[in-house]
Amino acid sequence: MKTTKEMHKPILAVGPFHPLQEEMEFYQLTLDGETVTDIDVRISYNHRGIEGVSETLQFDQVPFLVSRVCGICSASHPLAYINAVEEIAGITAPERAQYVRVIINELERIHSHLLWVGLGGHFIGYDTVFMWAWKYREPVLDILEEITGNRNNYGNVKVGGCREDIPDEQIHKILKDLDDIEKNTDLLIKAVLDDPIIHARLKGVGILTKKDAIDYAVTGPTARGSDIAIDVRADDPYAAYGDLDWNVISQPEGDVFAKAVVRLLEVQEAIKIIRQALKKLPKGPVAIEVKEIPAGEGCGRAEAPRGETFHYVRSDGGNRPVRHKIRAPSFVNVPSFKASCIGEDIADVTITLAAVDPCYSCTERLAVVDSHSHITHTYEDLMQLSRRKTERIKKELGYTGLKMEDLHIG
Amino acid sequence: MKQQELENKLEQIKDKLIGIEKKSDTRIYLDCESENAPDVCRYLFEDVPLRFVIVTGIDAEHAFEMLYHFSNDETGTVVTVKAFIRERENPSIESVAPFIPGAEWIEREVHDILGIDIKNHPNLKRLILADDWPEGVYPLRKEVKQ
Amino acid sequence: MSWKMWSLKKSPWVFHVNSGACNNCDIEIVNCLTPKYDIERFGIKLVGSPRHADALLVTGVVTKQAKPRLLEVYRQTPKPCVVFAIGACACDTGIFRNGYHVAGPVDKVIKEEDPNAIVVFVPGCPPKPEAMISGVVKALAALPA
Repeated sequence: MKTTKEMHKPILAVGPFHPLQEEMEFYQLTLDGETVTDIDVRISYNHRGIEGVSETLQFDQVPFLVSRVCGICSASHPLAYINAVEEIAGITAPERAQYVRVIINELERIHSHLLWVGLGGHFIGYDTVFMWAWKYREPVLDILEEITGNRNNYGNVKVGGCREDIPDEQIHKILKDLDDIEKNTDLLIKAVLDDPIIHARLKGVGILTKKDAIDYAVTGPTARGSDIAIDVRADDPYAAYGDLDWNVISQPEGDVFAKAVVRLLEVQEAIKIIRQALKKLPKGPVAIEVKEIPAGEGCGRAEAPRGETFHYVRSDGGNRPVRHKIRAPSFVNVPSFKASCIGEDIADVTITLAAVDPCYSCTERLAVVDSHSHITHTYEDLMQLSRRKTERIKKELGYTGLKMEDLHIG
Repeated sequence: MKQQELENKLEQIKDKLIGIEKKSDTRIYLDCESENAPDVCRYLFEDVPLRFVIVTGIDAEHAFEMLYHFSNDETGTVVTVKAFIRERENPSIESVAPFIPGAEWIEREVHDILGIDIKNHPNLKRLILADDWPEGVYPLRKEVKQ
Repeated sequence: MSWKMWSLKKSPWVFHVNSGACNNCDIEIVNCLTPKYDIERFGIKLVGSPRHADALLVTGVVTKQAKPRLLEVYRQTPKPCVVFAIGACACDTGIFRNGYHVAGPVDKVIKEEDPNAIVVFVPGCPPKPEAMISGVVKALAALPA
């Protein structure tokens, strides 16, 4: 029997029996009134034992495995792994390969951040933003499909270079597609950043202080939104990032809005980087042949859309890694949710978690439990609360927010 | 901080280390016995200070190794503390989570998959293995795979 | 044709379950709702509870932790229902075959509970939205009346 904490509060009841009542959810929050007081987390559902599988594969098969650690960082993980292995072997991929790697990774950053903008909009009840952001992702995925053969899981990097080149004939078309993408995303970004409802809804919400950000060792936009301007592309340059002109974006406020600003401006920086890389793409081979990996150990990293992806690889001179440690950025960012969520209103829980940008299905597994571990609010309940808060703010400000007609987007 | 300042600071903790291995300017490994690892980590995290990255647990057959990775973002240097747990029967090491909250989850993970006891950890509950996964079976230990 | 089967074939309501996936398949499923593919014009709707579902879209290898949850969801879904195993992981565990935490694939797990379950395979890594829509439409057309 579902219990509601206060019968007078209009909390959406899911039914007389919630089918997943006795199941331990991914995140369990406890409340005092409407405020979150504690969080417990259980992350076994997605554990596929990838580090164990990696030790059964050969060095050149592992990129295909790690591409599937997380679907939206599927270019960053293989690149970090390859950076580690190339470090052990003491080799550097050819220049053209370094540029192709940059282009693929920045395209991924654009579509990942647009995905986030869409989800963020969905959580606060702006389904128009959701639809437009995901619509503008599509042309980016089309470019990736033209270059690599797949919309996701590109399989493009290998030890020693890249598996597919970008033919020179294709560059002109990609640049033109990029112009269209830029035009549409600029309008969307401006509409989101100028909207007073979004300001009122997201500013001051889910603040992660700089001290907490350091203690929890967060990275990526989660850190850059809390005044910590770290970015692996600038700090420990890999691929061709050291040759290109671009900016690390950071904001000091630490709230959800700051993290949104960081991600949106990074989309614009990414477009800038890709244009430069395409125009400067050097001639030459896109891969060198690598016969074997000597014994040794290496640390490779890459700046995924969510933050620093870190891979440690140890080799004993054989065909397979002896140990392969994979640290996705969400592994350090998600625990910081505890620091940014405790003390927050329950209506802000979904957007505070989304600001950390964990995997989509991780956010589905969010529930509030009482002291007897009974679920009092499911994910759907929390979404409803979030949307109702947005509606309240709209009424208070007397504004109807974004309208599709206003955007004038083709 | 700049490279020279970083290297000077690392020299100051030398008495707790077995050795310092510099694979390159940006990859430095500090070898130590497991008893000294928490002090070295605390020095790196609080005094130097460096950003905590993650911990890698390894069953290296002659010993268990705990690699604590830290980053100096100004120079892109990864400083790894390589702690050797010589006791193979009941491997254990002191937790760093009390002063590095970001290490809480990874210590739980190492405990799950390698069976290393993390002493004085604030919340050493199962993190990544299923509720019905058998106790005492550590998937990343060498003997399990053979 | 039974009334229930007719409505299932005409306008299937689907419930999405992630049983241990990398999210690629999950995102491509959500992509189907967006303007480029817009499956709602076919009457296909994503619902918030398995109790309202005609079909389950299951992604992922079915990890040991997710297995009881998946079976519970299957029990809650009114029968007849169709289980779509979306993606290489759900069809055959894909590249995670040697994983120590893998209980799947989906059809093996579901058939432990119900040997007569209807399981449809939509392979791909991830399957493109066109492939998923095509798979769902073909499977529904092939269902017995």
